[in-house]
Amino acid sequence: MSSPALEVQAAREPAPPGPPAPGRPPRPPAPRPSARRKAWRRWISPLVVVVLWQVASATGLLPERLLAGPATIAATTVDLVTDGTLPTAIAVSLQRVAIGFVLGGLAGVLLALVAGLSRAGENAVDPLMQMLRALPFFGLIPLFILWFGIGETPKVTLVALAVSFPLYLNTFAGVRGVDGKLAELARTLELGRAALIRHIVLPGALPQTLVGLRQSLGVAWLALIVAEQVNADAGLGYMINDAREFLRTDVIVVGLLVYSALGLLTDAVVRLLERRALSWRSGFLGE
Amino acid sequence: MEERLPRRVAAVRGLTRRFGDRTVLDELDLDVHAGEFIALLGRSGSGKSTLLRALAGLDRDVEGGLEVTGTVAVAFQEPRLVPWKRVEANVALGLAAPDAAARARRALEEVELTGRAGAWPLTLSGGEAQRASLARALVREPELLLLDEPFSALDALTRITVHRLVLRLWAAHRPAVLLVTHDVDEALVLADRVLVLDGGRIAHEAAISAGRPRHRDHPELVALRARLLTALGVGPEGHPVPDRPLTAEAGR
Ligand SMILES: Nc1ncnc2c1ncn2[C@@H]1O[C@H](COP(=O)(O)OP(=O)(O)O)[C@@H](O)[C@H]1O
Ligand SMILES: [Mg+2]
Repeated sequence: MSSPALEVQAAREPAPPGPPAPGRPPRPPAPRPSARRKAWRRWISPLVVVVLWQVASATGLLPERLLAGPATIAATTVDLVTDGTLPTAIAVSLQRVAIGFVLGGLAGVLLALVAGLSRAGENAVDPLMQMLRALPFFGLIPLFILWFGIGETPKVTLVALAVSFPLYLNTFAGVRGVDGKLAELARTLELGRAALIRHIVLPGALPQTLVGLRQSLGVAWLALIVAEQVNADAGLGYMINDAREFLRTDVIVVGLLVYSALGLLTDAVVRLLERRALSWRSGFLGE
Repeated sequence: MEERLPRRVAAVRGLTRRFGDRTVLDELDLDVHAGEFIALLGRSGSGKSTLLRALAGLDRDVEGGLEVTGTVAVAFQEPRLVPWKRVEANVALGLAAPDAAARARRALEEVELTGRAGAWPLTLSGGEAQRASLARALVREPELLLLDEPFSALDALTRITVHRLVLRLWAAHRPAVLLVTHDVDEALVLADRVLVLDGGRIAHEAAISAGRPRHRDHPELVALRARLLTALGVGPEGHPVPDRPLTAEAGR
């Protein structure tokens, strides 16, 4: 309904206060057809590499023992999927990340709110978080194994810990960065504290929290990979380690590809979330 | 004048505000009566916003007597719309009434913004945003409406439209209005009473009796304009004011 005006605004907003262009207003930077047609060129070099890789494997220049060729990897992927190995491994790993992510994310956001909403909260929480943050948490794995054994707990804990810090730091900064003028407005509108938090503080901190969310998802996968390398009896890390014993470089590569695909997938989900949650900025950013 | 405007909505006595060792408001006295339209003029930095923030209850570090009865609403120079709430939700923000949404829509209708009720604030033009901000202030049916240079960022044409709108809304709802402005003509066109803030006090005061709508070459306004400009330190009395020839609209 309001989209024509919205487009006009989007085109006008970032323009510097220079002389207005005569005649028609400048068109928003719509996808230029030539740019789209040229996009395929970016695929040339990766394709060349894959072809060279395949040739090297097929001629024996690159022995299977060091790195399997693309064709073998593709075949292995099909095998791993059809015999259920890969789906099971993915499910196990996804579960670890999901549980760790939810626990760590909740902890990070809640602590950030406690610290962000009052000086007392900041004094109580922030020094501890800053100290913990300085710990190299992958170095905690031996302790975690001592404390939690080698089951799911140490892996989930590691993921949770890794996730909580980016979310804590970003949400804290987001809460503190909320426009003071809006807080003042809330006072003139006689909003209570709960309403202030709900209508002003939380939505105001959301963009920064979402930045933290993307960072923490990246760290979550990294933490999982590390945790699963150290000890695992199931999951993608286990599949990779197991393959190493049998010199199955093809399986190792499949595992790595799945890790990156999952990472890209979760990132895409967050970006989708961002677009929906921050649609109020769209007229401004000209998305 | 006192007998014609019996009820006070704000009484300020000996109000003082210091920032460090700078005294911005110095024992200031001011009465605001129900339904009157006051324009507060003053040079930049003279403390207009400071006084208004004190009246709005936004400044707790003032000394002296400050009594405000009834509801107060504020519209700021920047419209301060909450960017993640659509226009209608912005207007309804903080309204406790069960019919908040309906009242917000009515207020938007009054400022002729019905078509933008569902828009995001960042997509509004300056005039639209300021009208939304006015709607948000009016929807609380204030007895005292505080306006801190809300029109100064608007272009000249939009400003004229919004002036008319404000007068219409004021006539319909009759809140007391305290309009902070640095624009003498704006004060002359709108207000019943013009105050000049200088040296931390109300240094000059003038009532305007000319009926509305007003023309800026009305003899009362012409005389008052010269006096106000002098009070503000621009142009000596008796001389035409430099960049605003008083004969500009002499075609009436
Ligand atoms: N929070 C503050 N801290 C220090 N000085 C301030 C503050 N707010 C206003 N002042 C000073 O008080 C004086 C009056 O400011 P203000 O009321 O905003 O003036 P104006 O009449 O232009 O609205 C200015 O000199 C300003 O620098
Ligand atoms: Mg000011």
